[in-house]
Amino acid sequence: MTENIIEVRDLVKHYPVTRGIVFKKTIGQVKAVDGVSFELKAGETLGVVGESGCGKSTLARVLMNLERPTSGQVLYKGQDISKLSGGALRRLRRQIQLVMQDPYTSLNPRMTVGDLIGEPFEIHPEVAPRGSRRGKVKELLDLVGLNPEHINRYPHQFSGGQRQRIGIARALALRPEIIVCDEPVSALDVSIQAQVMNLLEKLQAEFGLSYVFIAHDLSVVRHLSDRVAVMYLGKMVEIGTEDEIYERPTHPYTQALLSAVPVPDPTLRDNKAIIRLTGDVPSPVSPPSGCRFRTRCWKAQDVCAQEVPLLQIRRGSDHPSACHFAERREIVPTHEAA
Amino acid sequence: MSDPSTASIVSTPPATMPTEAGSGAPTNAGLPESAQKQQKPRGLLGDAWRDLRRKPLFWISAAFIVLFLLMAAFPSLFTSGDAVNGALSRSRVEPSAHAWFGYDVQGRDVYSRVIYGARASILVAVLSTLGTLFIGGAMGIIAGYRGGWVDALLSRIADIFFGLPFVLGSIVILTTFNGAGTDNGEWKIMGLVIMSLTVLSWPVTMRLMRSSVLATKEADYIVAARALGAGTGRIILKHLLPNCLAPLLVYGTIMVGSFIGAEATLSFLGIGLKTPVVSWGIMISEAQNYIRVSPFLLFFPAAFLVAAVLSFVMLGEAVREALDPKLR
Repeated sequence: MTENIIEVRDLVKHYPVTRGIVFKKTIGQVKAVDGVSFELKAGETLGVVGESGCGKSTLARVLMNLERPTSGQVLYKGQDISKLSGGALRRLRRQIQLVMQDPYTSLNPRMTVGDLIGEPFEIHPEVAPRGSRRGKVKELLDLVGLNPEHINRYPHQFSGGQRQRIGIARALALRPEIIVCDEPVSALDVSIQAQVMNLLEKLQAEFGLSYVFIAHDLSVVRHLSDRVAVMYLGKMVEIGTEDEIYERPTHPYTQALLSAVPVPDPTLRDNKAIIRLTGDVPSPVSPPSGCRFRTRCWKAQDVCAQEVPLLQIRRGSDHPSACHFAERREIVPTHEAA
Repeated sequence: MSDPSTASIVSTPPATMPTEAGSGAPTNAGLPESAQKQQKPRGLLGDAWRDLRRKPLFWISAAFIVLFLLMAAFPSLFTSGDAVNGALSRSRVEPSAHAWFGYDVQGRDVYSRVIYGARASILVAVLSTLGTLFIGGAMGIIAGYRGGWVDALLSRIADIFFGLPFVLGSIVILTTFNGAGTDNGEWKIMGLVIMSLTVLSWPVTMRLMRSSVLATKEADYIVAARALGAGTGRIILKHLLPNCLAPLLVYGTIMVGSFIGAEATLSFLGIGLKTPVVSWGIMISEAQNYIRVSPFLLFFPAAFLVAAVLSFVMLGEAVREALDPKLR
């Protein structure tokens, strides 16, 4: 459990903003991901939370090697994945798989379920000999809780939850070590969310998978994750174990985020301190100097505008936090019974 | 999904099932007998074919098309008359039991001329359509998928051809290669006509294809395929093409009809096919001088032309519906 299967070091992904049609001029950079470091251990689930536009999905795309990082490295077992090509890249693809957010658009509407889940075997023919593939697809369907008899159906004949199961089966086909889940349940009904999350948990126990679980729903992340990272405007502001983040948050942004979680118990509601943030998320094209959160932070002082707070363990806390004034604060009794 | 259809699928004898056609689905050849009895793997084309077989519209249009193709290939099966030589004494004789469709101005049998005319008309229309779809489709996919300067270059080339007025463009091409005084054979003229039609119409199909590729290529399932490690060829052939083909197919069937008409226009201008070659277009353009005294001269070739165009359009419609699983 101690082996780092993925290490991300100072990952930066900027998208150029251009103007002009023929003579393109770069007039700025969208700093989608700006200096993110973390590691993922074998068999663990790392939750990544943050509001829309904070760079979660870009992080997923870079992890999947669908985008090349502007700088920084993603190391899979010590290998820099953005430098791989050809056969090495194909072998890497077998180890890292993706489950996408929208089950309605992530499946080709003109392929049967058998073709969809069988496609990984066609791309990587060395995994399964031709004759056995159909059987394997049926096994996978059974594994994710779908009827193997439905192998000849088309995606539109399934519900959202079932389609997401098809997506998960496709990701599992090559028996990967890591699955990057990019908001896998946010497009589903609440009741279906629980089913899909339980399925993901079951599969993790069965195959020893590592998950990078991206979501904006805090309770979903808490349910699955061993460790949680909080992102704000392309930076990681706090990272720690599930308890450290949910029970003892030290970064003001995390505290504000947690205070927004609804409390199911009405008797506890009055005890809850709601922190209302003012203003909007600044543009990632020109983020604030120093601490990115300072424009909305109630603790902000001059030092926040001058010095970028590093993600490090601060006094009086047990996990890294990127705030000059990190301190514990009793937020919410969001305690989960489980 | 209604279960009766599933039941009928299972009871279909496997020998007639054109499964896994072109879809690369795993074959059952190497499997033991017990596995064979289970549901056969099916692909998009296999399912489309199964769906087509249930449609009367498909069978009607297919029967007409087969009839026209037979007419084009073996005109002597349908008539023993002479399509080229006539007797002026029979000029514009009305239809009778002896000559069902009557005789034209030159005293030639209209029935045999309609039969013999199918070949040139259908050949020109179908081949130009195929050429247009192929060139335009390929250019559209390349331009849409690659984007950037490739897209800019191909789109500007298409704009140049698009800017040429159709009639003017074909007049230029055909008078250059097939002007007065040239003595080209029947096949060479047909080739020239096909070429000029194709060269002047591919930009439309290219734009159609390019726009649907642009709309599709950012789709999540393309990203998912890339994440699986699929190469460019697989993404284009298995993901882009099946999802972008529908508008092209519909346009193609309409194009068959308009090309038959375009061929007639060129013949009328005297730069396309010429007598003694027989085509519906030539017959229509000859007949329009006599439309008030002998309307049957126009009616019969026009009726055949409309029937042929309609069958192609209906066939295209049926195929398009069959290829879209959501419409099943």
